[in-house]
Amino acid sequence: MAERPDREKRWRGLEERSRPRRSTLVALLLASATLMTLDQQAGESSPIEPVRAAVGAAFGPVETITSAAVRPFTAVPTWFRSKDGLRRDITDLESENAALREQVASSGYDRNRLAEFEGLTRAAADLGRSMVPARVVAHGSAQSFSRTVTIDAGSDAGLRPDMTVVNNDGLVGRVLRVTSRTATVLLLLDAESVVGGRIGESMEVGFLRGRGILGQEGRLDLELLDDAVVPAQGDTVVSWGSDGAGPYVPGVLVGRVTDVFASVREQAQRAVIEPFVDFSALDVVGVIVPGDTASDRALIQADGGIG
Amino acid sequence: MTLARAVVGFLAVSVALVLQVSLFPHVAWQGVVPNLVLLVVVAAALTRGAQFALVLGFVAGVLLDLAPPADHLAGRWALALVVVAYLAARVRQDVRPSTAAVLATVAASSFVGTSLFALSGLVLRDPVISVGELLEVVAVAVLWDLLLTPFVLPPTMRLFERLGRTGAPV
Repeated sequence: MAERPDREKRWRGLEERSRPRRSTLVALLLASATLMTLDQQAGESSPIEPVRAAVGAAFGPVETITSAAVRPFTAVPTWFRSKDGLRRDITDLESENAALREQVASSGYDRNRLAEFEGLTRAAADLGRSMVPARVVAHGSAQSFSRTVTIDAGSDAGLRPDMTVVNNDGLVGRVLRVTSRTATVLLLLDAESVVGGRIGESMEVGFLRGRGILGQEGRLDLELLDDAVVPAQGDTVVSWGSDGAGPYVPGVLVGRVTDVFASVREQAQRAVIEPFVDFSALDVVGVIVPGDTASDRALIQADGGIG
Repeated sequence: MTLARAVVGFLAVSVALVLQVSLFPHVAWQGVVPNLVLLVVVAAALTRGAQFALVLGFVAGVLLDLAPPADHLAGRWALALVVVAYLAARVRQDVRPSTAAVLATVAASSFVGTSLFALSGLVLRDPVISVGELLEVVAVAVLWDLLLTPFVLPPTMRLFERLGRTGAPV
């Protein structure tokens, strides 16, 4: 090739203008296929994971900044929508305030009893749950067919994969992977998300599956283990799992039964669950962590305090 | 020159990616957002030729596959965007493409890109999803991309064209 520079040059010029070198196309297609194979075959220990973490570490902070810049503008509609809500809150709080004042007035006796209970509550608080607060900074799009979000807390804040994510309404999902400053969360509504669920009224257990649809029509399907049990409409569903092993901690509110039907073919009862969490408007979430987690931000302690 | 071109291409793709995951979810329709990264790749293919577009498509795809909220097998968007770049580059002529040609290219690219991504998912059994839902999402995605074309493609194409003028002979 080096002996015939002029011919080589003309050849390349012609190629570049009309169509791409076929070798490039083939090479890139093969590279994509290789990536997929590597990622699929090796599963959790895939060689892609470190790269993913590195890209996450690079893009996470940028996403955080963009999201922070955009938030004031996207929040405008909620201001108008929430005005009525705020007014209602004020009335509620005023009546609650009055009740509390009454309690304070009669607290002399209560305080002595409280001192006794305090020893018990301190022990109980250790068994409770602590949380790392975080904000949602990026959403996976529907073109990717998976329902995930990025939150702005990562391993620096004490997060690890398979931790439960909640917000003030109920269960949100679980942490898939973390980088130092961000974490990817698989939402409950993802088609691949499976959560153990327990009907609060009858204590019956089953499995909750997402449908992959976000927004107003976002629903979960509950399949009960015991096909003789018929859940009632309006029953509340909470998560079941374990504190140590499973990704989901037990007893977190998930949703309400809106529809029940018997599936004849599978001889099981199925229920449709409307989740309490508004997944299309996620903002502040909490990741449940062990109480003694070392974190670069303030933890919400099990007793409700900050520290 | 080629280095500068590569850097600008990478920056354009990164900006598109960040906007796509952080800004557009707030205006998403049924969860579908405009695929800005794909638009940038198409713009590159229409102005800078296939060689550059193919590589940019691959890099952009890998970024889409790996950047945080993504949770699918790496390489799926890369494959889709390489094919998109190849197809879009076939449209390029020595004259500037007309508006209709650009719109048609975007529609075709968006359809092919999103469908390829979805089909690779079906083949690899990555997310479980029915074909009906899939077509719905593809349709919305094509619509979104067409809507955003007048705002994204002209400035991006001008950017890539300016890079070419000082560089290699045309």
